[in-house]
Amino acid sequence: MSLFSKENGAVFTGPLNINNPIAVQVLGICSALAVTSQLKPAIVMGLSVTVITAFANVIISLIRKTIPNRIRIIVQLVVVAALVTIVSNILKAYVYDVSVQLSVYVGLIITNCILMGRLEAFALQNGPWESFLDGVGNGLGYAVILVIVGFVRELLGSGTLLGFTIIPSSALMENGGLYLHNGMMTMPAMALIILACVIWAHRSINDKEK
Amino acid sequence: MAKKFKCKVCGQTFEADSMPEKCPICGAPKSEIEEVTEPSPKKKKKGFDTNGNAYTIIYASIMVILVAFLLAFVASSLKPTQDANVVNDVKNQILTSLNIESKDIEGDFNKIVKDMLIKDGELVEYDGKFQTSYSQELKDGNLHLFVATLEDGSTKYVVPMVGRGLWGGLWGYVALNDDFKTVYGTYFSHESETAGLGALIAERKFQTSFIGKKLFADDEKTVALTVVKSGQAKDDINKVDGITGATLTSKGVAEMVTTGLQKYVDAFKVQTASSEVDENIPDVEDYQNIENIQKED
Repeated sequence: MSLFSKENGAVFTGPLNINNPIAVQVLGICSALAVTSQLKPAIVMGLSVTVITAFANVIISLIRKTIPNRIRIIVQLVVVAALVTIVSNILKAYVYDVSVQLSVYVGLIITNCILMGRLEAFALQNGPWESFLDGVGNGLGYAVILVIVGFVRELLGSGTLLGFTIIPSSALMENGGLYLHNGMMTMPAMALIILACVIWAHRSINDKEK
Repeated sequence: MAKKFKCKVCGQTFEADSMPEKCPICGAPKSEIEEVTEPSPKKKKKGFDTNGNAYTIIYASIMVILVAFLLAFVASSLKPTQDANVVNDVKNQILTSLNIESKDIEGDFNKIVKDMLIKDGELVEYDGKFQTSYSQELKDGNLHLFVATLEDGSTKYVVPMVGRGLWGGLWGYVALNDDFKTVYGTYFSHESETAGLGALIAERKFQTSFIGKKLFADDEKTVALTVVKSGQAKDDINKVDGITGATLTSKGVAEMVTTGLQKYVDAFKVQTASSEVDENIPDVEDYQNIENIQKED
């Protein structure tokens, strides 16, 4: 089977759109709420999850035939936890600023449902290369939604994007303008509402295509 | 030759000579049936029962030992680099509290800042290992004070402090002018405050709002410098605006600053008493502060 066959392409692109982990499978919502109040942590979190899902998928897929069925969840958890610990150690040693910025989020990746979901549903049944593609696809699918939610929340909540001011401070009410930041946007609850809107838009577009 | 087929609907496998029109078990259409071409699973196992107790226990033990060794190896081989990063970061935080943006942190720190201890009201040079966390140090009664000599010749005093925020620890450095009454600059950070809310204390915008504020209100015994609800500080010389939506983190910072500085008040008095020979210096400091405040605006 060729490395870039049609099936493998579908494995990779599926999670980006029609099988999106957040919008369709509704996995990993909790972290989507926690890290999206600003765009930058959302992007870094999305990338970290992509890397870890891909490698965890590959490792589990390589050892899938040896894993005892009864403790497979524990085995998956150990692999994920080990990977996350290694990644966070490497971040601390070589890109200290980023690791400080991510602080707790890196640890939170262990509890991300997307990881366990993909390991259970895909890596245990498929070869390493397909699993790798599936991991990257799902991680990116997750990252895309995070970036959308983070974009809306940071822009409307604090008028900045990646820390750069977008809405000029002269337009603000406190400086005599007409605009007021929507403080609600910085609350986690608004992430749920934005997420619901994203899912709504996503579904109505996909339904039309069908 | 009989081939094996699997129905995707009911999950049953059955044998037939050719592809059946529908599943003989549940009646699902042909499209849901696929041929099973893999060799039978028994062959793969090579006599290993991966579900047996012994196998499971051995597998788990080996896996745990392997992972433990791997993590221990990674952690210990990266430790020196990480520690160096942490020391570097702490030095950078102290420089930040002095409003210095440094490229060569190590060099600038050694040039500008001296790590001192306050012992019985006296400032003595600290010659131990550079500390990266002051929570234990403060408990042991080791009051560290960083004495910085800036390029323009003025002396600033940086007070390290620790506190508690909403989710975890807070720490900070407050740089004071040599009258020990006015804030020259601050740095705050946190372990795990909410991103976009409490975490904003680690941003310069909040930290620079302390500049020029006074430590004391009426008497010179109790530190009055504090953080209040956003929008209530106005031009009060002792109050700094908190962060909207992060009341508990702001309160944590207020408490940290007030109690943190309070510990040093007695030592400050001794220092000011001994350095009040040249009376011109405070005026120059005040002038510089005004300049700083204007820059921030």
